[in-house]
Amino acid sequence: MHSAPALQTTSLNATHRAAGGKMIDFGGWDMPVQYTGIIDEHNTVRTAVGLFDVSHMGEIEVRGPQALDLVNWVSTNNAAKLQIGQAHYSGLLYEHGGFVDDILVHKVTGDHYFLCVNASNQDKDFAHIVEQNRFDCAVENAGPRLSQIAVQGPKALATLQKLTATELAPVKYYWFQDGEVAGTPARIARTGYTGEDGFEIYTANDEAPRIWKELMQAGEEFGVKPAGLGARNTLRLEAAMALYGHEIDATINPLEAGLSWIVKFEKDFLGKAKLEEAKAAGVKRKLAGFKMNGRGIGRDGYELHIDGAPAGWVTSGGPAPTLNLNIGLCYVPAAKAGAGQSIQVMVRNQPVDAEIIPTPFYKRAK
Amino acid sequence: MYPENFKYTKEHEWILVEGDTGTIGITDHAQHELGDIVYVDLPKPGTAVEQGKTLGSVESVKAVSDIYSPVTGEVVESNTELTSAPERLNSDPHGTAWLVKIKLSDPSQLEGLLSAADYKAYLGE
Repeated sequence: MHSAPALQTTSLNATHRAAGGKMIDFGGWDMPVQYTGIIDEHNTVRTAVGLFDVSHMGEIEVRGPQALDLVNWVSTNNAAKLQIGQAHYSGLLYEHGGFVDDILVHKVTGDHYFLCVNASNQDKDFAHIVEQNRFDCAVENAGPRLSQIAVQGPKALATLQKLTATELAPVKYYWFQDGEVAGTPARIARTGYTGEDGFEIYTANDEAPRIWKELMQAGEEFGVKPAGLGARNTLRLEAAMALYGHEIDATINPLEAGLSWIVKFEKDFLGKAKLEEAKAAGVKRKLAGFKMNGRGIGRDGYELHIDGAPAGWVTSGGPAPTLNLNIGLCYVPAAKAGAGQSIQVMVRNQPVDAEIIPTPFYKRAK
Repeated sequence: MYPENFKYTKEHEWILVEGDTGTIGITDHAQHELGDIVYVDLPKPGTAVEQGKTLGSVESVKAVSDIYSPVTGEVVESNTELTSAPERLNSDPHGTAWLVKIKLSDPSQLEGLLSAADYKAYLGE
């Protein structure tokens, strides 16, 4: 296979290639899908610590006296509730209530918010926010100058602590600190997409390869491994975290996606009117988790049947290495979304028995 | 790496013919490209298969991949041990992790398959 010349690369591309990463075209980015193997990397993150290059993710900086007003207008969660150094998960919606993207909002100061957005949506998100900017904010598409490394797993803190003077233990889940990692300025957030404890580090591109190398050295005693997008997907699926283009997209609203907890109707935001209508009318389809009972794996896009009739589709599905089950997320009629509901996943035109089960599929012991 | 007594397809299957029966599997290259294999779907004995048509499928963590039959014939045995140990396709694809045995109906089809040297050249090795 040959890589198309137009693929975008992260600052860590040469690092991945030197380490034997298997590179794929991921939404136009040349990214490692795996190094040693998806299951091995998955298990390493569950039991020790793994490093992910997530520099393809986008970052958008919103600055100005009315930064909060712009952020709160374009996103569904209530950023007025954030304290400095705190972050939350939120949705960017179209006026019709469907998702532009799902994002993390970090409050840096009262007039500065830092958004982390999906790789393939970053240009769209930036244009969307700029278009909605009637608050005289400075909006910067910071993705091109920033790299992001996720250090994830029960040994993430011990690994990262060796490289930073910032005391990590007091940093609570979904809080962040600006400090230094390996002598380089970095934003250190206790966030992640794996269902494990861990940190996401934002830093300048030119220092990222050295930080990666130092993290690999710091984590050696804990068995650190680089992990690719394959493990990132199995980990987030076990944790039942949404992936744009699968669980959510422009045709799905947050109420359907089980994300009403990030929708704060007490404030105004783009898309609110349509969501209020949808809520009043009652949500017709809902995201639910399932496990396969019969032999077969439900995969992204497979049709679901209930009582012999089409009833929905699989948004993400595959093996869950930690659980030793084949699992997935799916849209089903709201009335059929309860745990224990029997469903059939159409696997190559054959119905295979499956069952709705509660999510998240995996929850780490605290 | 690629046994001289096997024949190969461009879809990365191999076949070893003994008498009128061919043992079929996927190549080391195939298992490497697929990554961790977690599921195998094989035809039952008695199933008629046709050269170039789908014989079954293997699934890795990430993807589903069809297996194409290198020859026309009838399945006489399928490797049911793989059902509970699909990962063996990663560790021993040319040996214990064979997929099916097929009674060939047209042995002349073998002439159109790749030799080990041809297959290695095809892979660019």
